[in-house]
Amino acid sequence: MQSFTTHTGIVAALDRANVDTDQIIPKQFLKRIERTGFGQFLFFDWRFLPDGSLNPDFELNQPPAAGASVLLARRNFGCGSSREHAPWSLADYGFRAVIAPTFADIFFNNCFQNGIVPIRLDEADVDELFKRARAAAANGGQYRLHVDLKACTVSDDAGFERSFAVDSFRRQCLLEGLDDIGLSLRHTDEIAAWEKAHGLPAVSH
Amino acid sequence: MPSAPRTLLDKIWDDHVVCTPSGELPLLYIDRHLVHEVTSPQAFEGLRLAGRRVRRPEATFATPDHNVPTSDRRLPIADPISKQQIDTLRANCREFGVRLFDLDDADQGIVHVIGPELGITQPGMTIVCGDSHTATHGALGSLAFGIGTSEVEHVLATQTLRQAKPKSLEVRVEGSLPPGVTAKDIVLYLIGRLSTEGGVGHVIEYTGECIRSLGMEQRMTVCNMSIEAGARAGMIAPDAVTFDYLRGRDHAPKDYDAAVARWEKLPSDPGAVYDRVEIFRAADVVPQVTWGTNPAQVTGIDAVVPDPAAFADPNDRSSAARALDYMGLAGGTKIVDIPLDRVFIGSCTNSRIEDLRAAASVIRGYRVAPSVQAMVVPGSGRVKRQAEEEGLDRVFREAGFDWREAGCSMCLGMNPDTLAPQERCASTSNRNFEGRQGKGGRTHLVSPAMAAAAAVAGHFVDVRHWQYK
Ligand code: SF4
Repeated sequence: MQSFTTHTGIVAALDRANVDTDQIIPKQFLKRIERTGFGQFLFFDWRFLPDGSLNPDFELNQPPAAGASVLLARRNFGCGSSREHAPWSLADYGFRAVIAPTFADIFFNNCFQNGIVPIRLDEADVDELFKRARAAAANGGQYRLHVDLKACTVSDDAGFERSFAVDSFRRQCLLEGLDDIGLSLRHTDEIAAWEKAHGLPAVSH
Repeated sequence: MPSAPRTLLDKIWDDHVVCTPSGELPLLYIDRHLVHEVTSPQAFEGLRLAGRRVRRPEATFATPDHNVPTSDRRLPIADPISKQQIDTLRANCREFGVRLFDLDDADQGIVHVIGPELGITQPGMTIVCGDSHTATHGALGSLAFGIGTSEVEHVLATQTLRQAKPKSLEVRVEGSLPPGVTAKDIVLYLIGRLSTEGGVGHVIEYTGECIRSLGMEQRMTVCNMSIEAGARAGMIAPDAVTFDYLRGRDHAPKDYDAAVARWEKLPSDPGAVYDRVEIFRAADVVPQVTWGTNPAQVTGIDAVVPDPAAFADPNDRSSAARALDYMGLAGGTKIVDIPLDRVFIGSCTNSRIEDLRAAASVIRGYRVAPSVQAMVVPGSGRVKRQAEEEGLDRVFREAGFDWREAGCSMCLGMNPDTLAPQERCASTSNRNFEGRQGKGGRTHLVSPAMAAAAAVAGHFVDVRHWQYK
């Protein structure tokens, strides 16, 4: 897995609540059997018009979001389907962090498996970030945020700095890019002991 | 010393923690792993690349459901990418020794329908699947939740999952179910009250007289939609209804009485403490219809589409405005005045035999309105056969419904069953997200009885006043 220590990137501000995984990656693209190549389909029904051209009204298609790698959204981001295709498509498009007041549980977990940091900030802080992103865009510029997973902080160059909470095990896995299946397999003896205690036959391999 | 009173969740959790290595998340043992074609190919591929095996193939059950055509099964699958995904599941199951209920298997069906139906789902178990509606299985008193594909791979390789213990939320529904109101109405009402994120981080245990009075399949409908309130899982304590339901099913325990004696110890102890409690009254619930693009945007059949300006919270206001724009609805419109183009009866929420019986009893002796195209997609091969034995297929066909083969179908439209842009559908499924049933399609979630009545009338009607023939 791709590790994550620090990242500085352009912010794409998606001012919507309850963005569900059906929107992040619509079902017609779930038929692929690979983990890669999903970025082109990210937010497909919002990003593209029926004739296949880019929808100029969609936030990600506008100049302030060009080259963005930090996604800013409203509460309950990633709700709905468990599809890991959602973080696959965000990562493949280039996103390394998503900031929102709240996330759906399965999406939140899925991010850690894919080198993306999901960052929960207070509603008021998220509001402030939207304001700053809008102000930068109004001046024809882009807004950048700095994410430090070692210090668990998110900051900009104009004095905004907040810390965020993240489970220490998930954080460690992400910092080191650890294969968590490999980590769990270190506990095979305990797993076998559990099975024995619960009357299951021993695993032969 | 007597131990402290524990909840159903506590008991299942405590029994399944393999170990909590220092500085790491607990490893939770997984008793049953259900697999379908959409969220598994990358997991099996991961195993292959790492040279790993499936630790306990006999705990793993697979079926193709999301992509499968619901028309004639003897014909080849027209969409080559769907076909590849189904072929890949077949090859993976063969290679890794996993039991597959394939397309031509009499027991194929939606994974959340066949699990309970075959007795694979049992009280006290931990059950996962790469699918958010895995919560369905909690209706039998198990801890069942959806996971991502990386976690599917983790479970395949280790038969465990890394999990922090979720919080517990008791949702108590007091009083008895009013006539004409169903489990689907109850759960839609609860989601409307709890919001789409009200349950985040929690496992809901549904309790109270109303819940206890529900049959097994209605309980599945309630637990199924827990995820739409953001909850990790939903569960209902096992009781005589559960034990009667499971008795004699293919994969039920051989020594059934001993199993029941174990299961009887599962319900939450008196005095057990939940992290949160929410209490509702069944008497407040009327048949529900969603008007927006998430399941919490719901109201009663006797109400009107709300005016976005009436929402106090700015997020809710802008969500409602966007939703009405997408749905082509104006605030103030009476729900019963909303005309329909399509009706879909199916999905893991409402495609079991009791659902089909409820819908059939409404349409018996009526015809589908000329302006409406209606279909029934049974949840499994078994449900389909049972319905045909009872003559329900004839009731549906004679009324003008399409009668299909089992699968997810127009719940998410990965197969050819989809809405055209701006088509409006009364659906018994669980998600009304933008484009869920087809790009630009407009979905209203309702119960099977409400969907059937709407098919006949061509618009929503209050099924509480229906003239049954
Ligand atoms: S019926 Fe719908 S919600 Fe249920 S598993 Fe299939 S696609 Fe998912």
